[in-house]
Amino acid sequence: MNPENYIVLAGVLFTIGAIGVMVRRNAIVVFMSVELMLNAANLAFVAFARMNGNLDGQVVAFFVMVVAAAEVVVGLAIIVTVFRSRRSASIDEPNLLKY
Amino acid sequence: MIGNGAVIAADVAPVLEPLTAATGIFAWIWLLIALPLVGAIVLLTTGRWTNRFGHFIGVATVVIAAILAIAMLIEMMGRPADARAFEQTLYSWVFAGQFQVDVAFQLDQLSMVFVLLITIVGSLIHIYSIGYMAHDPDRRRFFGFLNLFVAAMLLLVLADNYLLLYVGWEGVGLASFLLIGFWQYKPSASAAAKKAFVINRVGDVGLSLAIMLMFVTFGSVTFESVFSSAGEASDSTLTWIGLLLLLAAAGKSAQFPLQAWLLDAMEGPTPVSALIHAATMVTAGVYLIVRSNAIYDRTVFAATAVVVIGVITMIIGAIIGSAKDDIKKALAGSTMSQIGYMVLAAGLGPVGYVFAIFHLLTHGVFKANLFLSAGSVMHGMNNGVDMRRFGALRAVMMITFGAFMFGYLAIIGIPPFSGFYSKDKIILAAFEVNLIAGIAAVIAAGITGFYMTRMFTMTFLGKARWDDDAHPHESPAVMTIPLIVLAIGSLGLGASLYYWGDIVEWLAPVTGYESRPIAISTTLLELITLATVLIGVAIAVLMYGRSVPIQPPQKVSVLTTAARNNLYDDATNDIVAVRPTWYAARFLVWFDNRIVDGAVNASAAFVGGASGRLRRLQNGFTRSYALVMVIGVIVVFGVLALVGLS
Repeated sequence: MNPENYIVLAGVLFTIGAIGVMVRRNAIVVFMSVELMLNAANLAFVAFARMNGNLDGQVVAFFVMVVAAAEVVVGLAIIVTVFRSRRSASIDEPNLLKY
Repeated sequence: MIGNGAVIAADVAPVLEPLTAATGIFAWIWLLIALPLVGAIVLLTTGRWTNRFGHFIGVATVVIAAILAIAMLIEMMGRPADARAFEQTLYSWVFAGQFQVDVAFQLDQLSMVFVLLITIVGSLIHIYSIGYMAHDPDRRRFFGFLNLFVAAMLLLVLADNYLLLYVGWEGVGLASFLLIGFWQYKPSASAAAKKAFVINRVGDVGLSLAIMLMFVTFGSVTFESVFSSAGEASDSTLTWIGLLLLLAAAGKSAQFPLQAWLLDAMEGPTPVSALIHAATMVTAGVYLIVRSNAIYDRTVFAATAVVVIGVITMIIGAIIGSAKDDIKKALAGSTMSQIGYMVLAAGLGPVGYVFAIFHLLTHGVFKANLFLSAGSVMHGMNNGVDMRRFGALRAVMMITFGAFMFGYLAIIGIPPFSGFYSKDKIILAAFEVNLIAGIAAVIAAGITGFYMTRMFTMTFLGKARWDDDAHPHESPAVMTIPLIVLAIGSLGLGASLYYWGDIVEWLAPVTGYESRPIAISTTLLELITLATVLIGVAIAVLMYGRSVPIQPPQKVSVLTTAARNNLYDDATNDIVAVRPTWYAARFLVWFDNRIVDGAVNASAAFVGGASGRLRRLQNGFTRSYALVMVIGVIVVFGVLALVGLS
């Protein structure tokens, strides 16, 4: 099996996610971009597992999913709390923690 | 009684005596040191409840040590001359690779005479101190320090290696410091103690460097191995060792140029001046030189330096002693001068070693006698020391007068008093080696006659010039009995050591002995010396016999002014050592503040400034952090791709 196409697809997805994190202001969209990066990594893991013919990569992919789910719970809770206090979901608004 | 001592023993080369293991009574060598040490520990740690009887402990330890020493002497005299050296190893002290040092003692003929001098004169001075310090609230502490001194001094002369000797050397320095500053509430006393300590330190550096050089050269610091392999070392090494040992001796024995502390050391109680600064500690330098004879015999340069230092000190000590009105300082100048004689003799080589020790012994007795007599006078005169306020004390303190007179006749060398034998032998030995040294020794003998007669006349003869509230009286028996014993020593010790004790043959196995022919007869030389002394006496009688002004005259010669100021030794030290050190310290403070601290402060300011700018990166915008992370990851991967992963 040739993993090239899968890896290219994973790379493209990861890049889209990374750019999304860096350029978008809406916290929800930034979150979605993070999910995109995680799933790009998952895709690469699964593709490599398939290529090597063992289950290691698949196991890691499950771990990533679980961690991502937990992270979403915490992250969304923070976003909702910030939104309640500031009436905005912009990621540039809460910038008090600085020099 | 003029002894014709031209040839009294055949020339003896110094042999390295075989050391026999200490058995019988000599197994108790360690006890000589332990006794006074225990006394010192008891007296200094037990506190007030030993105040009432503490001085008896102090006296008892030294007296028992003296009895033990006399028993050892009798035992030693019963043995053949080549079996009189004993060694006793207590335990291994330092064992670091090549460097092996034991706590071990060596008792030979040289150590023996020192042990006797220290313990017997020490005992007498301890007994005397009971009376002299009777009214001092700190008498117990005083006796503790005295015992500490005796223990350290015995360690110094009994050590079988230079490192252990160094321990004793520092110990006597410590005891000297503590006792000079005994009345530490007097600023002058504490300053004098500090001065003595600091100047001694200069000499101590010399000794420690000499020990290091010996270890590097010979691989050992025991007397036995250093002396047996001294011939293998290069000339320059031996010269350096000799000069460094001379520096050490100059510091401890108040020899030029480190003599300035001795006159100030008279701030201590008079028994201290007698024991430490006249009879024993200040002669440690002479012991060091004589003990190291194997080194000085092989280096003409260092031995000559010893002679030069001895001659200079002999003259300047005598000159200073001639101008002082303070009886103790006059005696201190005299001590310097007499030790100058010993150092001169020690530098002459095998011709003089024996007589250096001989004079050291007689001087130890008659100078202790003179100091204790002076202390007795002070005791009766409200602790006054100004001889211009004395006079006519002969009638009121006959015993003190008699003792002082015996010491006086001994030091100026009138036969048959003991100084005559020892000093004349040194003068003779000086002529055997070098004409200039001999003439200087004769001149110094003349000046000795002058200043001692001046002291004697001003104190005991003439008219009474006492303070109004002075009621001179004779001292109690506890003080006069030691004086009488020492006076008898001043009379008889010289002759008995020379004729009956055979001091030359006794010491020759350790130090070696030789005698060289000289151009004039020894009897004539002795007469010349005696005549010079009598001229000095006559001048002093003419100057001070009739009347002595109470105020010191101001119109005096340049030399007198200089001598009153100790020949400007303090001023010289100030210019040579103190001020340069002060300026160097100032420079170093500046260097530290500006350069060292400057570098530290500058780097701190740089870090502070840089971090002030760098923290601007923490701008609070999440997206720029993400950007930095991404850039960081890209950089890391880029570097890995370029360097590692390929």
